Amino acid sequence: MNREYEAAGQAAAAVEALVEPEPCLEVRNLSLHYAKIRQALNKIRLTIPRQRVTALIGPSGCGKTSLLRCFNRLNDLVDDCVVTGRIRLEGKNIYSSKIDVTELRRRVGMVFQKPNPFPKSIYENVAFGLRIRGINSRRRLDEIVQESLEAAALWDEVKDRLHRSALELSGGQQQRLVIARTLAVEPEVLLLDESASALDPISTLKIEELITELKKNYTIVIVTHNLQQAARVSDYTAFMYMGNMVEFDTTARIFTNPVKRQTEDYITGRYG
Amino acid sequence: MTLSAEETGSHISRQFSQDLEKVRTHMLRMGGQVEKTLTDALRSVAEHDSQLAQQVIDRDEVIDRLEREIDIECSLIIARRQPAAGDLRLVLAIIKAIRDLERIGDEAARIARSALQLAEEGEDPVNLGEFHNIGDRVLSMVKHALDAFARMDAEAAAAIRGEDVEVDNEYHNAIRSTVTHMMENPESVSAALIVLWAFRALERIGDHAKNISEHVAYMVIGANLGRGRPLPKK
Repeated sequence: MNREYEAAGQAAAAVEALVEPEPCLEVRNLSLHYAKIRQALNKIRLTIPRQRVTALIGPSGCGKTSLLRCFNRLNDLVDDCVVTGRIRLEGKNIYSSKIDVTELRRRVGMVFQKPNPFPKSIYENVAFGLRIRGINSRRRLDEIVQESLEAAALWDEVKDRLHRSALELSGGQQQRLVIARTLAVEPEVLLLDESASALDPISTLKIEELITELKKNYTIVIVTHNLQQAARVSDYTAFMYMGNMVEFDTTARIFTNPVKRQTEDYITGRYG
Repeated sequence: MTLSAEETGSHISRQFSQDLEKVRTHMLRMGGQVEKTLTDALRSVAEHDSQLAQQVIDRDEVIDRLEREIDIECSLIIARRQPAAGDLRLVLAIIKAIRDLERIGDEAARIARSALQLAEEGEDPVNLGEFHNIGDRVLSMVKHALDAFARMDAEAAAAIRGEDVEVDNEYHNAIRSTVTHMMENPESVSAALIVLWAFRALERIGDHAKNISEHVAYMVIGANLGRGRPLPKK
């Protein structure tokens, strides 16, 4: 009997893998220049599936972080940065003049390599974005703070010291706090730029575990130099090289049998 | 992406390239040992050479030891390097191929034991012509499979499937004629039974050679050879 259940479970998992995920972010013909001289992205075409983890990999300077920063228009803050082409979030062009960029950045949250908690209490870190949005009800705030910390797998470790400084937390805890702060404003997409790189192996695994948990509700895009990490946590992998999208496929395929020579050379550690 | 014979080199970590090259060489060297053992096992039957048969049986231990050593080498590469793509497929193919090589060694030892038993029986063995016919065929299958591995040649590997079908057909014919012989000559039953077991060993060696050819195809093209499925175009 047990065996039958197991077989049924496996079949269900296989079917799930076959179902084509729906697009969340659609990148079309996207190019990015810094100061008109240096081209960082060259006519990128990529579709990020909803509620999946997509990893962007490639050597330093290949454009993966530039691409990630296009998803919430963080590049707008860089002088001389010119973006052409289209990115659609749930069907709407995010580079349209009608888009409210602050609202876009709420919907598309970002976590960086180094944890950057505000020099405030743990509680206030998570409540920060909510207060800005005008939520001041103590009960509502308490609720969302707890939910967000739970979602970031930090609640149990901090529930007894919510009003202590966030800076007292360890690096790994700070990073999860930053993720909780991002989740509090109910984003749709999470961008993680090397977010589990500056941490010890245990904290790294906790963040990876968290990513797997979070993809049930969020679309996640990670940039990582750690190929094993990309192989462990992502469903899809995009390999970029010198501003070009070289290959995009399921992670299973990229790591066992990539199509392009450049991809193979990169993931197996060969001279390109 | 398909893999070619020079593929193990050119890693940024030269040590990694060396480790892969070393384990590949060790596996092919083990293949050479197995090939020699099988050749000697067949010869011990043909020439009623009990001494040679005993050598084949003793050499099985060496082959078992090689399998364990290569297995450890592969485990270390996986633990230390986390190989991906073509490198991963190479290591996996080696792990699988050494298992088949070890089994071929076991079957060769079984054939050598048959040679000893036939020598004890002191009778003219039954169907020896067919035995050597099939023996030569499986020996060439093993050679071709190892060549395909050394040259990372998926097409040569795929061709071995056809050879295995022929061996299976000849095996069934040989069984049938041996059984007929037993019925017609009841005094030769004990010798015929020994030969039947030796036929069985040959048939299994053919299967293992075919398995190795499938590991080669997986390693080179990254997909399994299905039944009758053509090779994907390069």
